[in-house]
Amino acid sequence: MIRSLPRSRTYNWSFNFFIVLYFVFLFAPLLVTCVLAFNDSNFPALPWEGFSLDWFFSNGPKRVGLFHDDQILRSIVTSLQTAFFVSIFSVVVGTCASFLFEKEQFRFKGVLYFLMLAPLVIPGVILGISLLLASNTAGTFVDTTFGFDLDIFRPSFWLVVVGQFSFITTFVTLVVSARLRKFDHSLEEAALNLGATRLGVIWHVTLRYLQPAIIGAGAVAFLMSFENFNTTLFLVGSEPTLPINLYMQVRDGSTPVINAVSLMLIVGTSLLALVNLYFTKREK
Amino acid sequence: MKGSRLTLWIFLAPVLMWLLLLIVLPNIDLLIMSLRGENDYGDLVWTFNNYFNFFTEPIYWLTFVRTAIYAILTTFITFLIAMPVSFYIAKLARKRVQGALMILLLLPFWVSELVRIYGWMILLRESGVINFILLKLGIITVPIEMLYNDATMIMGLVYTSMLFMIVPLVSVMESLDDSLIEAAHDLGANQFVIWRTIIIPHCKPGITSGAIVVFMLTLGNYLTPNLMGGKNSLWFTEQIYNQFIASFNWNQGAAFGFLLLVLSSLIIWIGLTISRQKLGEVAS
Repeated sequence: MIRSLPRSRTYNWSFNFFIVLYFVFLFAPLLVTCVLAFNDSNFPALPWEGFSLDWFFSNGPKRVGLFHDDQILRSIVTSLQTAFFVSIFSVVVGTCASFLFEKEQFRFKGVLYFLMLAPLVIPGVILGISLLLASNTAGTFVDTTFGFDLDIFRPSFWLVVVGQFSFITTFVTLVVSARLRKFDHSLEEAALNLGATRLGVIWHVTLRYLQPAIIGAGAVAFLMSFENFNTTLFLVGSEPTLPINLYMQVRDGSTPVINAVSLMLIVGTSLLALVNLYFTKREK
Repeated sequence: MKGSRLTLWIFLAPVLMWLLLLIVLPNIDLLIMSLRGENDYGDLVWTFNNYFNFFTEPIYWLTFVRTAIYAILTTFITFLIAMPVSFYIAKLARKRVQGALMILLLLPFWVSELVRIYGWMILLRESGVINFILLKLGIITVPIEMLYNDATMIMGLVYTSMLFMIVPLVSVMESLDDSLIEAAHDLGANQFVIWRTIIIPHCKPGITSGAIVVFMLTLGNYLTPNLMGGKNSLWFTEQIYNQFIASFNWNQGAAFGFLLLVLSSLIIWIGLTISRQKLGEVAS
């Protein structure tokens, strides 16, 4: 059974076997993707034709490596920009929200808290289409009342940012709230007694205390934005993000350059995830 | 510490903007759009036609039912696999290994869903890695197409949502006192009884929150059914996408979106009621 109880050998053996099998299941697709990025073949498939860095560095005309593929590079930049703005906005508003729900008392707090949790149970696709509809309605409204066309209400970079922000903020709020709940309020009272203003206390004492949680939440927001597909799909304009771009390429038949991109993504996100893990460890 | 009006509004204003403009209004707009449609003269009028179409056209509601059933099935399979894995990590693995296993579990899920699905496509397709190995070993003589069927699609869905079941399960199992199991064992209970009367009842909150998240993510998934399910495996989010992007029938698409929203809220509500939990508890 458990560690402290005697277990039969068959039990131990079969359980370990199951766990190994599970981890193979977990990592097989990632491993295969990474290995085939170095295969000297025009298709992301076996047989192994030898080691090659073509899918990273080749400068055409037959093979265009990742670092010379303008379309992919542009979509990476778009994704980075999107993730940057989304994490900044969601951290600011999410921190405000956690202060609001943890420290303030006001009417309709319950209703607002429920609304804050709502994005957790709204499928991403629905968030995407409802925002698409609402921005379209807003655009038409501005056009008919004021007589000019605002590009911002069309599927575009900023609409993607807004769409991702709308649900990622919920996650930031939950992470920061969890930390805020453990905060010792006598510290704030002490600062107030010593003559600090309320906003001064929040700035110098509370936010200082929340810093690791905020950085962690920012990293999570960045990753969530970077890999978001469902919501972005409906809001994307002429500048596709990386997941959207890759999706088109995978759907229409692929070359090992996608493996190269995937490898970079795996390495990049793993590093960011480890950094995030380090910060959450330190918080404890 | 008593809150002043000013600080309350500093926190309240951005949160209100976020929730009203990006969550409440768009979803109301979704409902309004779904109740609008063109009459025989091409004018926009209030109508239930979009909903009638859903019920009179078998392909629509059949896809809807199929999506719901498959999402429940996926949730159940995920639960069956996640249970022993979490048990191993929480109760069987040595303390040192525990942390490492958790990190290993988390890492693949930080990588974009698209990359993971792409990895499976390279493994499973007709010219894929598994077929290549099987051919080389002489087990099969003709490559088998393993992609584009329901079983593969469900496996893909289980794979993408695995983590959201394992993390809550591990955390509830860690809070289970080993001495309870030891006592049961000393009193002569067999494994089956221990699981049924001690472990599963204790894990109920974790099971519910895991199941809700997995179900929600599966129901709203677009990528996995689209890339792994092929033409025959229709998913309801694909119907929504088709209405919006391919047919440009936004009113019909809005009706579908609203139905999906109702379905997901309903099933989550049933899940919460059966397990007597609140959304707020599940979220934290």
